Parts: sequence; C-alpha cells; structure tokens
Amino acid sequence: MCGIAGIVSSKLDSSSKIGSNRLRQMAEQLLHRGPDESGILTRPNIGLAHRRLSIIDLTSGQQPMISADKSICLVFNGEIFNFIELREALVKKGHRFTTTSDTEVVLHMYQEYGLDFVQQLNGQFAIGLWDDKEQRFILVRDRVGICPLYYTVEKDQLIFASEIKALKPALSNGLELNKQALDQIFTFWAPVSPNTIFENVYEVSPGQMLVLEKGQLKKHQYWDWQFNQKGYWQTSEQQQADELHELLIEATKIRLRADVPVGAYLSGGLDSSVLVAMIRHYGGVPLRTFSLNFGEAEFDEKSYQSSLIAHLKAEHSHLLVKTEDIAQNFIQTIIHTETPILRTAPVPMGMLSSLVRANDFKVVLTGEGADEVLGGYDIFKEAKVRQFWAINPDSKFRPLLLKKLYPYLTLPDSGQGTYLKRFFGEALDTPNDIAFSHLPRWSTTAKAKKFYSSELSAELNENAKEAIYASFPKELNQMHPFNRSQYIESKSLMAGYLLTSQGDRMLAKNSVEGRFPFLDHRVIEFANRVPPKYKMKGLNEKSLLKKAMARYLPKEIVHRHKQPYRAPDMKAMSGDYLVDELRHYLTEQELTKVNLFDANKVKFLLKKADSGKALSIPESQALVGILSTQIIVDKFINN
Amino acid sequence: MTAVATNQESLLRNFILENYLFTDDQSKLNNADSFLDTGILDSMGILELIYFLDEELSIKVESNEMIPANLDSIDNLLAFIAKKQA
Repeated sequence: MCGIAGIVSSKLDSSSKIGSNRLRQMAEQLLHRGPDESGILTRPNIGLAHRRLSIIDLTSGQQPMISADKSICLVFNGEIFNFIELREALVKKGHRFTTTSDTEVVLHMYQEYGLDFVQQLNGQFAIGLWDDKEQRFILVRDRVGICPLYYTVEKDQLIFASEIKALKPALSNGLELNKQALDQIFTFWAPVSPNTIFENVYEVSPGQMLVLEKGQLKKHQYWDWQFNQKGYWQTSEQQQADELHELLIEATKIRLRADVPVGAYLSGGLDSSVLVAMIRHYGGVPLRTFSLNFGEAEFDEKSYQSSLIAHLKAEHSHLLVKTEDIAQNFIQTIIHTETPILRTAPVPMGMLSSLVRANDFKVVLTGEGADEVLGGYDIFKEAKVRQFWAINPDSKFRPLLLKKLYPYLTLPDSGQGTYLKRFFGEALDTPNDIAFSHLPRWSTTAKAKKFYSSELSAELNENAKEAIYASFPKELNQMHPFNRSQYIESKSLMAGYLLTSQGDRMLAKNSVEGRFPFLDHRVIEFANRVPPKYKMKGLNEKSLLKKAMARYLPKEIVHRHKQPYRAPDMKAMSGDYLVDELRHYLTEQELTKVNLFDANKVKFLLKKADSGKALSIPESQALVGILSTQIIVDKFINN
Repeated sequence: MTAVATNQESLLRNFILENYLFTDDQSKLNNADSFLDTGILDSMGILELIYFLDEELSIKVESNEMIPANLDSIDNLLAFIAKKQA
C-alpha cells in the first residue's frame, strides 16, 4: 500500500497554480500508508503527491513518475501482479524501461493502450494520471475495491486522495456529515457507493474510471461482477474444480511477487487454510503465518490454527486479543476507518497488522473474498431456505431447515408458526424481490435507527433501501437468485466494509499491504460462470472450493462448521471495559451537542449493557454505531 | 396503563419500556400494543421475556404456551399470568 493525493484544476487552464505546501500537508496525512519515501510534483494546473511503501523495486520506482517525453505523470497506490508479463509484451512493442517497477509498467500501458490500459492490469490499484497531450486527467480504481480512492470537487478543483483525512488540508470549509449516508450505514453497514459519511466526498467506485476532460468529469464502469445463467460452464463438476485449483495456484503465486518477504493471515477457517496450503505447496517461499486469538472461547479458532500449522509446518506468530483491548484501541481504529462501524471486528484486525509489522513483514496474503466469490456466507444459505419456504409459506416443515443453519434455534412454535415466520420468514411473500437474500439483515440492522434523535429522523428524506436499489444494474433482475445474493454482498458489504474498514484501513494503519488471491479477477470471472449448485450443494457452502482443495488440508478444517470472524462487541463496550474516554462520547451532554441520537434512549441502552444483560444484535450494533459516529464527528468535523 | 397499575403490570411495563423501547416515558407503551406488529421484541427479546417471567414472577412458560395469544402484549401477558396463577 502507498498513499496518493492530488489536486487538478477542473478547467485545466494553465493559469491555475497548485501550491506544493497544500500537497505536502495532504501527503503528511498519509504517512502511515507509505513511510518509506515521499514525492511531490506540481505543474501549472495539477499537483500530485505520493507516500511510498517500498515493496517492488526498492531502489527506483519513485513517484510521482513522469514519462520520458514528460507528457504523462502519475501517482499509483497498489500492485500490478502481472507487471512482469505486461512489461515483456511492452518491450516487444518497443517500449524502453528505466526501472523495474510496476509503476513504470502502468505508465507505459497507458501510453500504449490509452484509457483501455486498465483492462489488462491484474492487481489492486488506485491511480491518478495526467496526460498533457490529451489535456486529460484520470482517476481509476481496481475492480473490486481493494485500494481506496476518494475525491471531491471544490471551486473548479478536483481533489483526490487515498484517505479522506488527506483531502481535508485542501478543503476551504472542512468536512460535513452526510446524514443520508449515515442512514445507509445504519442499514447496510456501509454507504451506498459512491457516497461516504461526508457530504460531497465520494469514492471512485470499484471497477470505475473517472475522466476529467474539457471541463467535464465523466464516470466509466470498466468492469463489474457479471453473472449470466446462459454462460454457466457446461463442463463437469470435477473439471470445474480442477480449473479452479489451477487458477487459485496461479493467483496466489503472482501475489507472492515482491522484493520483501510475504506472510499470510491464518484464521483457521477454510479460506485462509487453502491459501496457506497453496503457499506451502506452490509458493516457493518460506511459510510465515499470523493469527488472532481471543480470550473468549466463542470467538477463538486456535485449535484449527494449530492443526493447520502442524500439518503445514509454518513459522507462526499469534496475538491474543483481550476484551479490554477492543475499547482501548477503538478511537484510533475509527480515526483510520474514517466512517462509523457497527461491529468492533476491525479493531483486532488493526492489532494483527501491528504484529505483522513488528515481525518486519509488510505484505500479507489473506483469504478475504472467498465467501463472496465461491458462495460461503450463511446469508446465502438462509436465502436458499427462505426461498424454499416461500413456495409454501404456511408449511410447518419447510422452515425446519433453518435448524441446520441455526442449531440453537429453540423458538417455540407449537402454535401457528407465527413467531418463526415473523422472525425468520421476512419477505416470504416477495420471493422475487431482487434483494430477497439481504432483506432480513437490512431490517435487523435498521432496528438500530430507533436511537436516532427526532431531528435526525425528520431530516432524512431519502429511503436507504431505495438508494441501494437505484444503484443496482438492470441485469441484476435476470440473474439466478444465488448470483444476485453474491452480487449484492460483493458490492455492498465486501467493498464498503470488509475491504475498507476491516481490510485496507486496518492494514495500512501499520504500513502493511494485504493481497487477496480469491479476488484475482480471473478467479472471479471463472467462478461467476460456475453453476450455483456446485458452489453450494444443498447447504454445504463453498462446495467446489472444498472439492478443489481438500487434498491439502486436514479433514477437520474441510468439514468444520463455518465460524464467521467476530470480536467481542457488547462486552467490550460496557461495564468496566468501556473506558472513560469512550464513555464521554455517550454522555447526555455530548449526545445532545451532536444531536444525531436520542440521549435518553442511549442512556437506557447503556444501562442495559452495563447491567450485563445480553444485548440483541441491533442493540449491540447501535451501541458501536453510535459511539463510532460520535467519534467521527469529534475527530473529523469538530476538530 | 390502568389508573392504578398493579405491581405485575408495572413490572412488565417497565421491563418492556426500559429494555426494548429505551425510555421511561409511560406514554410510549399501550397495554394493547402488539410486540410483533410494533417490532418491539425480536426472537431474542421473546426468550428474554420468558426468562423474565420465570425469574421475576415465577411463571414457568411451557413450550406449548409460547404463542402470541399469551405473550404478544401487556394485556395478553397479564391475562396469561392470571390464568397461570389461578
């Protein structure tokens, strides 16, 4: 990971001057993303800034990089994993290189292919590029949203940066809260792209290119998750498993390309275990793994981690997260997420990257993305059961399949099945709703809105669900219901929360880069053509992945019950664990001052949490969401 | 709330108000309000309510009694408790 920032006069006339002081201030905000080097470039109508985390070509490859004829300059955050192959092809076409960096490959790719250059990049990237001949500036982000990229337009200037905090020095009036985006977070866990929690600050959406030309800023979606039932593979299940096997090996191998050592996160789940096994068998590098452990058994996966470490003989480090660590690291975490969060799970991830860095590693591979790409989440299973149930909503037998998902489900219902239907049978009457799979999660999350202040409720004039529906492509309606679930999950929770608040931000805060083999676009494009019946056989998640990779893993890993990654929420945010520094944000005085949440209701919520009574999921999410929102207002808006 | 609330009624109302409506404003809950229709209780809330009946009022709810007719409003709860205590 690196950090990039810049200012471009949107009129692109040569009279505009971009001050290097402002650029320097912007870059300073990104020091954690790139502590190794920095660079600034100013031209009459453009200024670019870069903070570097050196991973490939440690001696050259400084940025901003300028082409030999001086007509193109760029800043680039990320990695192009196929840069070796692209470079060879470019050399054959007559291009001459002065460095061995992937940054220079990006520059030459643009020279050779123009705006289409991005189609051939296999990697994770956020790029700002100025083309002097065409008088054109582009901002482009990787396909799935691994590298962050934000922008705003103010006084005819396009201002962009890897993190929102780096935009701030260039703004005349500071940041303001986007209340509609807050409402979206309190529904989907993340704002609907391109919104952010701040007014007039947007992200470049995953798979998108912004082109500023002739005073016009145009968006172009160069890639998206595509699912077409007519395009499903017709080959056998075994053939598809074999192809997935080969693709994952290749996706992993090119992600080990670096001039520094590369490690891996190991949770003990199937995905990270597969990944670590591939490194062991095909990586050709020492196997070095890092894990989180929790003092509380319900969150801990140590036994599975130990089993795999013994099986693959990895050199391993782990970090024991104590409940008190969550609250103590919470404010710093929110300063890095730059957005409210509803669960505390990012906090330990930020601690894990500090363990990586302390061991002199700055790159890790992670298994993120496998659940979205290959069908692993409970939400997909639950949707299948609810679809099955919706065929006969009055059936007493169909919903019993829920027991397979929730073995602890003891809901009574000797009566008419009313409770079961009300709590688990949401939208049974609208099984064709394009977001059928996600409606229960969204309505559960939205229950936290009962803590809004009356003023906030009155100000919200846009329905969050309507906003996300409006963001869906029309093709979504044609997709298989299972693929629809995958699409929505990938575009909302994965891109908006897992890869950002829980991913990039928690890695970058300690100057660590994450790499994601399951999110190689070739793996995604292949998997999107796998028939859903091979992804989830009955209610057996990631069936094809297991078929492809079981040979490398101990049986207890392959057949284990899936355990979603979680961290202590309610317990960490109540009683003695809720340190005064945090409790201060929940006082009547602070809540009334910010006036987003009802101080009286929050008082009772905190009282319930402090009493040791279990909070429901929406209540726990409300507590974390309110606290993190208050911190965002304090650190980004009031300060 | 009735003009003079019984102890049981007060206990139940305050339990619901404080733990699920997060307020002490008595006007926010009518005894006839359906917990399901108003979304006051979710699946865990129902189980907590059953636990509360057991712990605070020594009312054991059998599995065949876990139905909205017994548990879905303050009125229903009071009638159910009266029946159990009869």
